[in-house]
Amino acid sequence: MNSRSRAHSFKSDRNIITEVKSVNQSLIFELGSAEKSGVDVQDCDFSANLIGDSFRKEKIGLPGLSEPEVIRHFVNLSKKNYSIDEGIYPLGSCTMKHNPRLNEKLARLEGFANLHPLQPINTVQGILELMFELSKNLLEITGMDAVALSPAAGAQGELCGILAIKQAFEKKGDNRSKILVPDSAHGTNPSTAALCGYDIESIPSNSEGRINFEILKEKLNSQVAALMLTNPNTCGLFENDILKIAEEVHNVGAYLYCDGANFNAIVGKVKPSSLGIDAMHLNLHKTFSTPHGGGGPGSGPVVVSSRLSSYLPIPMVKMVNNKFEIIEKESIDSFGRLKAFHGQVGTFIRAYAYILSHGADGLKQVAEDAVLNANYIQSKLKKYLTVRYSGYCMHEVLFDDKFLKGTEVSTLDFAKAMIDKGIHPMTIYFPLIVSGAMLTEPTETESKKDLDDFCEKLIDLAEEAKSGNKNLFDSSPTKAVLGRLNETAAAKDLVLTYSE
Amino acid sequence: MRYLPHTSKIRHEMFREIGINNIDQLFVDIPKGSLLKDNIKISNHKSEIEVESILKDISNKNLSVSSASNFIGAGAYYHHIPAAVDHIIQRSEFLTSYTPYQPEISQGTLQYLFEFQTQICLLTGMEVSNASMYDGASACAEAVLMAQRINKRKKVVYSGLLHPHYIETSKTYTKYSGAESIFLPLNINSESERFNDFIDEDTCCVIVQNPDFLGNINNLNDLSQQCEKYGVLLIVVVTEILSLGVLNSPGSMGADIVVGEGQSIGNPLSFGGPYLGFFSTRKKFVRQMPGRIVGQTIDVNGNRGFVLTLSTREQHIRRDKATSNICTNSGLCSLAFTIHMSLLGEEGLKKISKLNHIKAVNLSRKIKDIKGVSLINKNFFNEFTVSLSKPAVSVVDKLVSKNILAGVPLARFYSDRDDLKNYLIIAVTEMINDDQMEAFIDALRGELQ
Amino acid sequence: MKEIKYTKDHEWIKIDDEYAYVGITDFAQKQLGDVVFIQLPEIGTDCTIGEEVAVIESVKAASEIYAPISGQVLEVNESLNDSPDIINSDAENNGWIWKMSVKDSGQISDLMDKSAYSNFIIED
Repeated sequence: MNSRSRAHSFKSDRNIITEVKSVNQSLIFELGSAEKSGVDVQDCDFSANLIGDSFRKEKIGLPGLSEPEVIRHFVNLSKKNYSIDEGIYPLGSCTMKHNPRLNEKLARLEGFANLHPLQPINTVQGILELMFELSKNLLEITGMDAVALSPAAGAQGELCGILAIKQAFEKKGDNRSKILVPDSAHGTNPSTAALCGYDIESIPSNSEGRINFEILKEKLNSQVAALMLTNPNTCGLFENDILKIAEEVHNVGAYLYCDGANFNAIVGKVKPSSLGIDAMHLNLHKTFSTPHGGGGPGSGPVVVSSRLSSYLPIPMVKMVNNKFEIIEKESIDSFGRLKAFHGQVGTFIRAYAYILSHGADGLKQVAEDAVLNANYIQSKLKKYLTVRYSGYCMHEVLFDDKFLKGTEVSTLDFAKAMIDKGIHPMTIYFPLIVSGAMLTEPTETESKKDLDDFCEKLIDLAEEAKSGNKNLFDSSPTKAVLGRLNETAAAKDLVLTYSE
Repeated sequence: MRYLPHTSKIRHEMFREIGINNIDQLFVDIPKGSLLKDNIKISNHKSEIEVESILKDISNKNLSVSSASNFIGAGAYYHHIPAAVDHIIQRSEFLTSYTPYQPEISQGTLQYLFEFQTQICLLTGMEVSNASMYDGASACAEAVLMAQRINKRKKVVYSGLLHPHYIETSKTYTKYSGAESIFLPLNINSESERFNDFIDEDTCCVIVQNPDFLGNINNLNDLSQQCEKYGVLLIVVVTEILSLGVLNSPGSMGADIVVGEGQSIGNPLSFGGPYLGFFSTRKKFVRQMPGRIVGQTIDVNGNRGFVLTLSTREQHIRRDKATSNICTNSGLCSLAFTIHMSLLGEEGLKKISKLNHIKAVNLSRKIKDIKGVSLINKNFFNEFTVSLSKPAVSVVDKLVSKNILAGVPLARFYSDRDDLKNYLIIAVTEMINDDQMEAFIDALRGELQ
Repeated sequence: MKEIKYTKDHEWIKIDDEYAYVGITDFAQKQLGDVVFIQLPEIGTDCTIGEEVAVIESVKAASEIYAPISGQVLEVNESLNDSPDIINSDAENNGWIWKMSVKDSGQISDLMDKSAYSNFIIED
């Protein structure tokens, strides 16, 4: 039996309560009716229609609500969400930083929001200019040679990078079969490599939370297409052997792919090109502040070195005779297309406004403050929680559950108790290599006062746990709209849509 | 710097707590030579006034569909978005939260996703839906991969009337999945495509679009029966989800997987993204689905609540054996969809669909009376294809000067097909009024004389 | 000959001359927590020792179950489809997952007996 798990099993109540006691908030299906609508649409004479025999006669079953009912329903729903605007949201590896409202305003300008992706090129010179300028900025920030803007999110960026690498080998007639991935990597890394037809070999981490260089060297051979490395890594540490790693990877003719999820720690301080990186995705929804929107949209442009530039996907924005063009046709070398249109353009506008707002001086300050904040938390909490790896961290600090030993309080319990303190828990049980991991990323947009407040609450909870107040943790959260949810019941008796 | 709370004094207090004198002591793990000595070469920080002015100037260089007469569709559609939609999606709690990893403080997101999944199932006639994909094209590609997982067969048959960008995207995603793909050619004049020649015991799936890329409405009953006979999965792609207000659902015609683009409901065109892919299928295939799924459950007190479920399919648990590598999806776009669809309801959706169709019918009647124009479609929804007496690209370019975005020339997708250069795909939505239609007809007539 | 043997991957195998029943150990089910789903193999599948045959899922984990010996899948425990929790309540009896033929009885002697397995999980 080989277990792949994100977390310890959820301590569920074996006596699943099957009766729903009270309804917290109705669903639209319980509120609306087929006859009602919140949109006034003019009637039309449908007798001359050309639908043919596919005309839908049966009911769809969609409820309609008036505008006030819709507003009330969704506003009340919104109140059941925690958000970065409300308080610290320290999800490690997610970079939940402030989302500037100027960027929202600008993305909604008529001349951006109301552009069709297939308009004649001369009617969209402005947006192409913005994409071109954003590309130039991303290349200057990373020091790389070419960029593909179209990937829709980090995971699609990874796919883009690995497909470009695979294409490069195929063009040389070199059929490599393996991709190396550290055991601390995001699940998207091995998943992406598998999608590209590679076998995955996991490289263990060493006792310092970094990739085991000796084992890496042993595993590197002419069958290896790439190493996918996250740097700073998911333990919040910079891979300080990076230059040696890059050299060894390149020595066997392989590429170094960098998962750029943690780029916020080094933006403006280090150019990835100087670290021997061949390809890297940038999460615009992390480092470049576009809102996470309850789980998306993301945006994952990929920057590559000149060794990979000709293999990037279409479409591409190019300047030809002082005019911007979109290259839509597959060239001989490009690996193809990832999306219907030109990428998450709405996020490009926001990211560009973010880069202009910060400038070179501000971006550097972003990285410095992000790292400062994480180390400040580490310093204040190290006596109360257990920091997994010694030394300074980058933009996130990794605690493990040693400090909870003997308390019978688990990492999950601790996280749920944080909710009752009014703060969002950190990322828990990730990375998988650390027992009861608590990966905490405050970001640069937290003030010292908010960090102090956060630390105080965590110290309180750590002391409660150590004093044997197990009850407090078992029952938490009590102040959220709901108590702990039964995930086992959800997975066993699947209810995935509303039915009367 | 307006987004950074620390003053220099505060930073130094924090240095003292950590036990450092300067910030670079925290960057010691970075190779000395790699740490930048000078700032990167972009300008320094700018005020809100400056940034706003720069971006406004750039946006003014574009011709927006809202300041023109827009007849462009082909996979993205200009529809009205009620003001309430944008108001709600900009609420902090929706805009600035993330994937609902902690369900007790994410019920807002989880419940609307559950509502979204239900709306998608009702529209498509399927039993289960996920909580969204990046866009229609990537959803289509994921559907092909899922079909391969289900029946372990290799032959994948693409309709020639599937959006060419969807075909290209699927090609990319299935490059290394062992698929043996067959691409039927785009044939303008054939009544129906000859799928039967390619459907047998080795066929994994057939992918068709409805209404198809040229706008035709197709009855899929015969095709689905043929597929069923050989255990072939039928994937139906819908790029204009509004059409499902007046058309039979793909599920009722026997589809096994229904995917497509949900942008038309609640989401602006935004030059191509972010959009919202939807993905629905039969319940028996639910464990092979990609992406996040929300399920209903109860909390410790017996109250109804919602959680992410069936996570063991996903990359964060299953890693290289996951059903997909997708993590972040189109959360906020699916919220916009759910709000807009709740406002419309059955009544509103049917009315707006009918209005789209009738406007398109009206334009098609007038346009085919123009000398040199012929209409290729018999049945269509809000989009149809015409052949012109001149190359469509030149006509479209000319009409821009009259503030008319006349449609999409097929040559934009098939530049290598000389036989298609005179064809133009024209979409009509509720945003077009009678005057705009008349102006288009006049301009087109003038151009073709 | 009836004997129960154990693997390092926490499968048990009950051998009855010609055929054998396979499941996961009580220790393994405790590690997994509430089982919500078991992906059963198809009857007739030929499996080689060490090959993935079934997948067992809890809410936050998915574990592959490997063939302890080589052989063919003869029968699967259909009752697990409706009641996957049998694995939790009775892992080493009614919680059997599949029945298989024994291709090479020599492979059996390499597996652990009860006391060896008990020591193994203490060390592990």
